[in-house]
Amino acid sequence: MAHTTEEVLAGLAELINDETGISADQVALEKSFTDDLDIDSISMMTIVVNAEEKFDVKIPDDEVKNLTTVGEAVDFITKAQA
Amino acid sequence: MSPLSQSHGAKFTRIMSLGAARGDLVVSNDEIAGPIDSSDEWIRQRTGIIERRRSSDAEHAIDLAVRASNEAIQSAGISPDEIGAVIVATISNVVQTPSLAALLADRVGATPAAAYDISAACAGYTYGIAQADALVRSGAAKHVLVVGAEKLSDFVKPTDRSISFLLGDGAGAAIVGPSDTVGIGPTLWGSDGSKWDAVGMDRPLKEAFDDPEGEFPTLRQDGQTVFRWAVWEMAKVAKEALEKSGVTAEELTAFVPHQANMRIIDEFAKQLGLPESVLIARDIETTGNTSAASIPLAMHRLLQEHPEASGGLALQIGFGAGLVYGAQVVTLP
Repeated sequence: MAHTTEEVLAGLAELINDETGISADQVALEKSFTDDLDIDSISMMTIVVNAEEKFDVKIPDDEVKNLTTVGEAVDFITKAQA
Repeated sequence: MSPLSQSHGAKFTRIMSLGAARGDLVVSNDEIAGPIDSSDEWIRQRTGIIERRRSSDAEHAIDLAVRASNEAIQSAGISPDEIGAVIVATISNVVQTPSLAALLADRVGATPAAAYDISAACAGYTYGIAQADALVRSGAAKHVLVVGAEKLSDFVKPTDRSISFLLGDGAGAAIVGPSDTVGIGPTLWGSDGSKWDAVGMDRPLKEAFDDPEGEFPTLRQDGQTVFRWAVWEMAKVAKEALEKSGVTAEELTAFVPHQANMRIIDEFAKQLGLPESVLIARDIETTGNTSAASIPLAMHRLLQEHPEASGGLALQIGFGAGLVYGAQVVTLP
């Protein structure tokens, strides 16, 4: 079943917390993964792979480079589920 | 009936011994950090590397290979003339031809053993073990010297932030020979050339030759692509290698992955769900990533630190530029 934007954001926040320890309430749509949340490229890839599994979507390597903010990732995952 | 006869070799094979040689210089993160606008902390956090070993100008890949090989030959208790083939896995031979292996065979007194190099990057050593196992069982050679030898510092660019700062120099050697019991499990190996561009040299030799103002080719990688493949795809390969060998993770004494990056090793171990009893090789911390040399170097160190592991089972897996991969369960010498 497709997840809503809110569900994807909450799920992503949980994955980010698992990988980096950043508290879920810090993870907001406008936050940049690198500049605001200080997530490095390796952690980002771990989060991406876990997100693929959690939301049953494919996020190609080339696409990962375009996902600079949490909002862009949520948007991509929400659309990819459709 | 054909008049031809076919050769037959030993029923089983094993790794009889290992040898190791690391570059003669210790290179700290601080020495590397400047040109990549980085810091000791940044490098440690992203790679787990505290320092790497590199060779001085006077020390070449062949010198590292000779040192490691002599130790392995001596530990195996064989004479060099009992070696029927010398296989060197390397991406840092300084000439296109001839091979490093032919020179090595001569230097260690194994002439006229068959000698050739393998270009399978960080999977090269596991490819070499696969071939040595087959050569000994087929009767093509009684003993095989398999060496991963790299002087990667010849191919790094100090300002490159993708891979150069990870790399070290070293050689690891193994003697593969006949055994009374199975010492080398089935090899699971393969390639994925659709990711040919993910890691490798940044330009062809000829292009650099035609452009005297330009830079010499050096190594670079797309770190995220390689990381994803190296952990999640290789975890599947590692699991399959265990299944093919009829071994469970609980039965392993050690896990010796290619020493690419500590973050890869940690995530890899997590994905495999290895029990805490399994020793995990983490030689990268002080040696750096030495490509084809990393598995035998890491296994050699693990056995020095844990001599009681000898005789136990180890899962070794190499993966790298190609992309290529190879994995097998072996009995620790």
